[in-house]
Amino acid sequence: MTFSWISAYWPLLLTGAWQTLSLLAISVVFGFIIAIGLAFAQVSGGPILRTLARGYCTFFRGTPLLIQLWLLYYGVGSLLPVIPGIRQSLFWPILREGFFFAAVSFTLNYAAYEAEVLRGALLAVPKGELEAGRAFGMRPFTLTRRIWLPRAIRIALPTIGGEIVMQLKATPLAFTVTVMDLYAVATKVRQDTLLVYEPLVVVTVFYLIITAIIARSFRFLEAQVPVRR
Amino acid sequence: MATSSQGILDLLSPYPPGWGGVLLTGAASTVAISAGAFLIGLLLGTGGALGKLSGIRPLRLLLELYTTTVRAVPELILIVGLYYAGMDGLNRLLAALSLPAFELNGFAVAVAVLGFVQGAYMTEVLRGAILAIPVGQIEAAKAFGMGPQLRFRRIILPALLPNALPGLANLWMSVTKDSALVAVVGYQELALATRLAGASTKHYFIFFLASAFIYLALTLVSNALFNLLERRVRRGQPKLA
Repeated sequence: MTFSWISAYWPLLLTGAWQTLSLLAISVVFGFIIAIGLAFAQVSGGPILRTLARGYCTFFRGTPLLIQLWLLYYGVGSLLPVIPGIRQSLFWPILREGFFFAAVSFTLNYAAYEAEVLRGALLAVPKGELEAGRAFGMRPFTLTRRIWLPRAIRIALPTIGGEIVMQLKATPLAFTVTVMDLYAVATKVRQDTLLVYEPLVVVTVFYLIITAIIARSFRFLEAQVPVRR
Repeated sequence: MATSSQGILDLLSPYPPGWGGVLLTGAASTVAISAGAFLIGLLLGTGGALGKLSGIRPLRLLLELYTTTVRAVPELILIVGLYYAGMDGLNRLLAALSLPAFELNGFAVAVAVLGFVQGAYMTEVLRGAILAIPVGQIEAAKAFGMGPQLRFRRIILPALLPNALPGLANLWMSVTKDSALVAVVGYQELALATRLAGASTKHYFIFFLASAFIYLALTLVSNALFNLLERRVRRGQPKLA
């Protein structure tokens, strides 16, 4: 095992790690926001909204992330230039990048899984607490904002931690659409130096550390919210 | 879109000018890889669960290492790493035995690698399922004088199935989807077949959508089958109110 290549490649490794982490952060934050909408649509939406949200979750949970990513990057990506004027528009430099497609598909995918978790949690909030809120004269929106959603998130917290780790483990897929994430950097190092395992070991250690950090922060977060048993 | 609906049907037709046949062959090898990996995982998982519960300390530590690393490392890295490590290791072993090196069949490598990954998850699922069996049932079996083998076959196995089945169903779903990752190391299953079809016709969108729906159909059918299976293994159990 030789690790002397790290000294030559560390700036590249750092940018790769940064790309990986930003993909994770973007998909988790935006995915969570979409997931809240999807979960409420399923729990308290009308029949049309409910069916749409159900269909969304079934589709994104039932197909591999790799296919979704390629569907967006190759499929939608090849259809985009057909739209007149898009090449001249402000957004073209972003729309051209693999990173954009990776971020969008990871977000949509994470939203589907997270919506399922939140749906269960919303249903698990004790009825009495919602009734108490209503008895205080809370409007549905206030009730949701102050009681229903926060309680549901608290209930779902351990599962959310797990989902974020799963999402982290999905990020190396981005390299298949030309994103220079940490895994892609490792692949480049493997091609340059002909080392087979060492770059993979470095990436693995990085992922283990991030997983440990996520697990720790969620344990900390859970400890902040007292829960009566 | 430039293509008419007639064009789409032509593209997806199962006979040579269309690519439907290629996609379906890809789907068949996806199912074959997943099934092989699932079975290997089941074997490794049963061994792993029994080993973890056996109380032999070094064995337990070894299995602990196996399950934690496999579950913490991204699947793609595992697949790529094991792919090369497996090939390399086998060829070195063959060299040590002074046998000629050979190129492994991609199918066997895919099944072995995914099976190894599945085994780690199965170990945990089965361990939990065994622990959830009421101790009294096993004690009763012992009191009747059943040996360990008979006890496993008659009591532990039927009692752990209802507990393990939901977890096993999840693992089956994840292996059908993980098998798409094998495309990255170049074995042709559904995902790679789709990319090939897309690349040679430039109709990426249609083909990826089609293969997404093939995966979806696979998921929905297996979901239904697992539900039937669960009803079968739960027969005779009291229903929750």
